[in-house]
Amino acid sequence: MQHKYAALLCIPLILLLGCGRGKTVVTLAGSTAFQPFAEKLAEQYMSEHPNASITVQGGGSAVGIQSAISGAAQIGMADLVILPDEARALTPTVVARDGIAVVVNPSNAVSGLTTDQVRDIFNGKVRNWKDLGGADRPITVVSREAGSGTRSSFEQIVTGISLTRDALIQDSNGTIRETVANDANAVGYLSHGLLNAKIKALTVDGEACSNETIASGSYRLVRPIYLLVNGPLQGEIKAFIEYVLSDNGQQTIKANGLMPAR
Amino acid sequence: MTLIGEKGVRRILLATALSAISALLLIALFIIKEGLPFIFHYGLWNFLSSSDWEPQAGKFGIFPMVAASLWVTFGAMVVGAPLGVAGALFLSEFAPRPVMRVIKPMIELLAAIPSVVYGFIGVMVLAPLIRDYLGGPGLSVLAASIILGIMILPTVISISIDSIMAVPQSYREGSLALGATVWQTIHMVTIRAARSGILASIILGMGRAIGETMAVIMVAGNAVKIPHSALESVRSLTANIALEMSYATGLHRQALFATGVILFVVIIILNSAAMVAIRGKAARK
Repeated sequence: MQHKYAALLCIPLILLLGCGRGKTVVTLAGSTAFQPFAEKLAEQYMSEHPNASITVQGGGSAVGIQSAISGAAQIGMADLVILPDEARALTPTVVARDGIAVVVNPSNAVSGLTTDQVRDIFNGKVRNWKDLGGADRPITVVSREAGSGTRSSFEQIVTGISLTRDALIQDSNGTIRETVANDANAVGYLSHGLLNAKIKALTVDGEACSNETIASGSYRLVRPIYLLVNGPLQGEIKAFIEYVLSDNGQQTIKANGLMPAR
Repeated sequence: MTLIGEKGVRRILLATALSAISALLLIALFIIKEGLPFIFHYGLWNFLSSSDWEPQAGKFGIFPMVAASLWVTFGAMVVGAPLGVAGALFLSEFAPRPVMRVIKPMIELLAAIPSVVYGFIGVMVLAPLIRDYLGGPGLSVLAASIILGIMILPTVISISIDSIMAVPQSYREGSLALGATVWQTIHMVTIRAARSGILASIILGMGRAIGETMAVIMVAGNAVKIPHSALESVRSLTANIALEMSYATGLHRQALFATGVILFVVIIILNSAAMVAIRGKAARK
């Protein structure tokens, strides 16, 4: 009888040993803005290369950089305008570009702002929409948590922002969108790929946030999306990054709302 | 055939029971190990009393978060405690037994609703109402207090009912026989006798309110500032940890663990207070 149990115990062990055999495993971690794209790309890549196994994790840009350095992930994803010092040792590849849209409620009469006005709003210097040509209503500033890639990119491009203490803080692009869609006085910013009819994107310095203006470089609030690798590109890692940069990969990125890098 | 003997079963059960306690110990040890060095490095007083929270600039002051947690918890008490105790009194003293038997489990079902659902209702229903009728951004101390007040109802009501029902019937009969009215009996005899249990229910509700995270993140707005009115947005200690943990590295990460230490201490104090209150009741019996 006892031998029977012993045999049963062996089955999961055999299964555990069995999986992963003959496959190279590549892990991506980091930016939540690029995560859904990376998942889609990994799926496509694996269907073309049945021997490859690619897993995608989120965690945010800071996590992406940390795990690429520590080796917890082979590829770190980061969506920052300026990479921090500790990322200097990594090999960066720009795989896509993402616009950051400044958004308000559709009922808001204001349709465009200058960079200076955006800065004044987020610093809490301008507190009423009437100073910007809108109705006499207080401005509700909505921002992201400290450490968010979208927030640091936004602050690095606009420059000189020390966020007003009155700002509401939301922890994702999606909740920013909900808050702005529900509050007629709100202003926030989010990834261009997440714009929809419930919110209104403002022009910044007269340029609308659209695929064309982001591609031509006339819209200012654009950040690159990096894939970071510790050491030189080689093997499966190199093949995957090359796939992301190929026509197929870039087409997938474009079809889902980000701007391709090339 | 016996695969494991009588003694074996005992050992396995013992190990299972101990694993629950060791989980608690491990969590406490881990939080303290990660958070305490930061508190020593930064200074407990600096950490608790400064109101500048700018992790990127190396400023870690959690005073606004401590104030926010206390305000929101206080607000939840103002909303939840009277409602809960009144509800418990009605159900145990006035409502016919069959009615209580239906209503009490329904109230306890409130505890089974996930907090994200409470938060969702707060964001979609409560916050717009507050914004439209009272002003401010809607996501505020008031919204968080009301949502948390409802969330602690099951705790307050069921423990209060239990302690009110535990008051011997002879107390009530004695009071009524002396000529007291029903209400006089309730507030002069029943509530006094069940006092420690009711107090314990409120303190446990308070522990729940101060530790709640998801619903608070969703409805409190998370602005780092000391609120001047109930209509302003605040960030609680729990929200601070949950919002920034995924991005935090280095000192920032340690500061969040240190926030956890402070929260842990506050909750231990509250739970001990509840235990003392319950023990007080047992001693008098």
